[in-house]
Amino acid sequence: MQVPAQVEYEKATSVQHALALLARYGPEAKILAGGHSLIPMMKLRLAQPEILIDINGLTELGYISRSGDVLRIGTLTRHAQLLESGLAGEYFTIMHDAERVIADPIVRNWGTVGGSLCQADPSEDLSAAFAAMKGTMVIQGPNGSREVSARDFHTGPYETVVGPSEMLTEIRLPIRSGHLRGGSGYLKVARRVGDWPVGAAGAAVWLADASGGRQRIADTGIGLTAVGARHFVAAEAEDFLRGRPADEENLAKAGEIAAQHCNPVTDQRGPADYKRHLVKELTTRVLRIAVSRARGAAS
Amino acid sequence: MKIHDSDAGANATGSGSGAYGPVPRKEDARFVRGQGTFVDDISLPGMLHGAILRSPLAHARIVSVDATAATAHPKVMAVVTGADLAERGLAWMPTISGDVQAVLATDKVRFQGQEVAFVVATDRYAARDALELIAVDYEPLPPMIDARTALDPGSPVVRDDRPGCTTNHVFDWSAGDKAATDAAFAAADVVVSCDMVYPRSHPAPLETCGIVADMDAVTGKLTLWSTSQAPHAHRTMYASVIGVPEHKIRIVSPDLGGGFGAKVPLYPGYLCAIVGSMITGRPVKWMEDRSENLMSTTFARDYHMHGEIAATADGKILGLRARVLADHGAFNATAQPTRFPAGFFHIFTGSYDISAAFCEVTGVFTNKAPGGVAYSCSFRVTEAVYLVERLADMLARQLAIDPAELRMRNLLRPEQFPYTCATGWQYDSGDYPRALRLALDMAGYDELRREQAQRRARGEYMGIGISFFTEGVGAGPRNQMDILGLAMADGADLRVHPTGKAVLGVSVQTQGQGHETTFAQIVAHELGLSPDDVEVVHGDTDRTPFGLGTYGSRSTPVSGAAAVVAARKVRERARVVAAAMLEVAADDLEWLDGKWRVRGDPDQARGIAEIAMAAHSTLELPDGVEGHLDASAVYNPPNLTFPFGAYICVTDVDPATGEVKVRRFIAVDDCGVRINPMIVEGQVHRGLADGIGIALMQAIVFDELGNCLGGSFMDYLLPTSMECPSPELGETVTPSPHHPIGAKGIGESATVGSPPAIVNSVVDALAPFGVVHADMPLTPANVWRAIQGRPVRPDLALS
Amino acid sequence: MKLTLTVNGTEHSAVIEPRLLLIHFLRDELGLTGSHWGCDTSNCGVCVVWLDETPVKSCTVLAAMTDGRRVTTVEGLARGGTLDPVQEGFAACHGLQCGFCTPGMMMTARWLLDRNPDPTAAQVREAISGQICRCTGYENIVRSVLWAAKHDRSDEDSRL
Repeated sequence: MQVPAQVEYEKATSVQHALALLARYGPEAKILAGGHSLIPMMKLRLAQPEILIDINGLTELGYISRSGDVLRIGTLTRHAQLLESGLAGEYFTIMHDAERVIADPIVRNWGTVGGSLCQADPSEDLSAAFAAMKGTMVIQGPNGSREVSARDFHTGPYETVVGPSEMLTEIRLPIRSGHLRGGSGYLKVARRVGDWPVGAAGAAVWLADASGGRQRIADTGIGLTAVGARHFVAAEAEDFLRGRPADEENLAKAGEIAAQHCNPVTDQRGPADYKRHLVKELTTRVLRIAVSRARGAAS
Repeated sequence: MKIHDSDAGANATGSGSGAYGPVPRKEDARFVRGQGTFVDDISLPGMLHGAILRSPLAHARIVSVDATAATAHPKVMAVVTGADLAERGLAWMPTISGDVQAVLATDKVRFQGQEVAFVVATDRYAARDALELIAVDYEPLPPMIDARTALDPGSPVVRDDRPGCTTNHVFDWSAGDKAATDAAFAAADVVVSCDMVYPRSHPAPLETCGIVADMDAVTGKLTLWSTSQAPHAHRTMYASVIGVPEHKIRIVSPDLGGGFGAKVPLYPGYLCAIVGSMITGRPVKWMEDRSENLMSTTFARDYHMHGEIAATADGKILGLRARVLADHGAFNATAQPTRFPAGFFHIFTGSYDISAAFCEVTGVFTNKAPGGVAYSCSFRVTEAVYLVERLADMLARQLAIDPAELRMRNLLRPEQFPYTCATGWQYDSGDYPRALRLALDMAGYDELRREQAQRRARGEYMGIGISFFTEGVGAGPRNQMDILGLAMADGADLRVHPTGKAVLGVSVQTQGQGHETTFAQIVAHELGLSPDDVEVVHGDTDRTPFGLGTYGSRSTPVSGAAAVVAARKVRERARVVAAAMLEVAADDLEWLDGKWRVRGDPDQARGIAEIAMAAHSTLELPDGVEGHLDASAVYNPPNLTFPFGAYICVTDVDPATGEVKVRRFIAVDDCGVRINPMIVEGQVHRGLADGIGIALMQAIVFDELGNCLGGSFMDYLLPTSMECPSPELGETVTPSPHHPIGAKGIGESATVGSPPAIVNSVVDALAPFGVVHADMPLTPANVWRAIQGRPVRPDLALS
Repeated sequence: MKLTLTVNGTEHSAVIEPRLLLIHFLRDELGLTGSHWGCDTSNCGVCVVWLDETPVKSCTVLAAMTDGRRVTTVEGLARGGTLDPVQEGFAACHGLQCGFCTPGMMMTARWLLDRNPDPTAAQVREAISGQICRCTGYENIVRSVLWAAKHDRSDEDSRL
């Protein structure tokens, strides 16, 4: 019978209260949000925290709102809420594409965006999506709050920059307007619906009209999941594409570069050579989608 | 969409549709209210909870087991080790195959997950905690994992517990005429051969296995609530093992959350719970969790097959050969009739007119969980059908003959029935070409081939796969088949109460197949009653007749037949009573429209309800006739029954990612007379989903250390609603000539027939890439590697 | 710790270990055995119940997390003695065989129909895509939910 080991429990009444509890109990305390990453690990006894700090009562942390040119997502936002958010979908199709293929509808009802990002599973789709969109993580601690780029947030498998007395409270995504046209998307290959990805790629592309009537890629973000990409980012492929025309040849080349610079491992989802091939294929395809959506977007 | 072939054979009973038909299920009333009673729902006063400590290693010597700390846990009532069981002579138990299996390991552990100790505690959380307090010292041994090296000299020996055993050899078995087959191959224009693996999988019913054991020391009665598909057989086995006589053992299989063969064997956890109850004097519940279920209970398949098919240049099959390596795990615990250690694999000539065939099967031990016959395999018919259907497709490709045409040229013809195949099975009835034509029509086969050509020109890849299968179910005749010496006959007890309501006791055990409804329909049909008037009792060995249980699609062919025979006995008794009521001779009566009627004067009639009351009343009865209508029967089937079907699967494959989407599934099934078409179709729906899982995603694999990598639903993937298309079903009806109502059974047909259809479809899609065969599971990675010409071996972990 | 919650409209209080899973609390403490457990990894979905208005996998929720909240199980689907159209649909369309996944499927179906009274077959399939059935191959479950959509009662109160 897979059930958790004994654990203590406290219900946080505010963010400050949660931080105080974290400070008091140290690294053996774990934040309990949706619990859909933590509780399965506790049931298998791979995680045995001494105390859980339940933040589900902090409803003020569940929101998706726009402040100027920033989309702000509270850490307690359930996956289902992000998927259903018209606001998020309007500016960040990639988030909807990614959420649609994360776990299943019932798990999405209770698992949280912050919880998934902090679990830092190398196969976490949202990590790549937020990295592609160049999000910013807002972390609260005893000394106030600090901001860390989504692209620096994950330091290794199951490791983030969030310290033992700190808590992720918000994720911010820049809404770019002006003369740039943006589009984004996310593609995932899995052995079955709901499975972790064999490999996945998310991309955002911003197009600018250049001289001679051609469009160039003013900026791009490419995130890769489950293939050992550093910080979930295909930085070299991004660098290659920046400034170039968004034509098929360049998109294909970007896919190749992304494939060269990731580090997939062989496991039961597939051999490393297949995963590397998938990176090339999916990166090219998702760039195509992002470009097509950018072209269709109003500037 | 459901298509009925209007020319189908007549209803065997000739008495109209009667109580047959899509009658809604009686059992649904409790299930939709959440009021089913599954084993884990049972709670008895004072009940304790058991948990099993399992080996993390695949092969190791047990140096010591220290349960001191666990025993000291305040909530622990008992800890049982292998040594404790050995003192009681219970450390080993018999398997269904006549081998032995460790209940709790004493000398060695032989597979990862093997049972090592048993804890009994006051609640299940404490039991789980206590497992961590048992210290086991293991001395690791080299594991025997790759079945293909199991017989190599110097390989680790798994079963050194068997006296004189120095190898991993379990058995050799063969069937057919080797010389004639060799001659046929020598004379053939073309021979196609293939190595193919039917990977290890697991039936994975949603309810895991478990038991509540209650030993009453005062009365000496042992009561077990258990997930058992064969409660009577289990009772007999327990009696021979635990020292409680059979009449003091009662087994109740309440509602079962699926079985699919997983709940046929005896498992060590059951024995442990019984011993726990004996030691503590209290009821003990043991329910396994999912990882235990996947890692230690009976797996399915794991056949490494080399098949060869020989034919003329225009596609007439002349011969079939197969050599099989069967991985049996650490103990031989396959469940099939004694005489057939490879089950019914030798039905591998399938649905074709093949006069020369020969197969050999070699079984080996490995450091993996025991089992092998499960998951709707009909005793290895799944493996046999997969082999011949893959070879048929490969032959068609080799000869550039359309695979439907190739089959049509070789299918048995109706006039050939009853047909004795080259390995001795006597197929009872069938019109195979009609079923295939119906499936092709439903699929729009020619149009699909046109579409395929158009898509190929555009660089899109779709596949069309056909599978034509013949099943052999309803085991079986007592002169041929037994399990542990018990004949595979099943009984039925029918009692008719004075008010004309009936109670039928059957020996089979439903796990969702709807027996409470279909068996009521059978009796109602024979006696002119409504199915609501018939109560079906099953699963309680104190209240039902002996039988060998439900598996191998045998409930309708065997127990259903017993119910018919018992009902007809009741009807004949009723005839005599009715004659007395009407003051005519019994021969003056005929059974018509649900009543005994005077010939020539049909309004002079009596129905069963009136007759029952009269039988129990003071009516003067002829000599030798007792005052009741009750009857019982034990049915010894004269032969298996042979349901068959033609399946067509359409897939779309993305060669760049390897993803496979099943677009359509057309299934024409012939299971003889259909008692409840709604239930029959439900069984087919399930088997098609099974096929998608087995063909595309399910496999239990091991790494080189023997770690089981399919021990959870995160890695042992089951198909969801998104992978399964809406099936298109058709039917033909060819009654079984030897079954009392012409029914054949349907439970496993679709699991048998669907995997080859899907694999044939995917291989067909990949034909332009030169792919000739690809092993299951056809995950995206495996498909892509097949396209690259570098397939992976499906039974070993990727590394 | 002390837990107080409402289950199917009835308030319950209990002293529990914080680690107690909601599914075990419902089954073993309250005797509501209609919800089941079937796996260790939150995949199978036979444990689905409603937490407030939302279906969740109760094997992945601590009972402690439901303090002050409302839980609805299959035992709370019927109103008095009257079956919910979802329950009627499953019986009418042979949407169950062994019945083990059925409570979870029905709870998700009821939630779907409350939000989307006229779903397509594809939407039904998506809604139940996180729940496994080993018996039906899903086809009749989809038909059952579509039947319930057609026969839903327009005067349905909000669920307790």
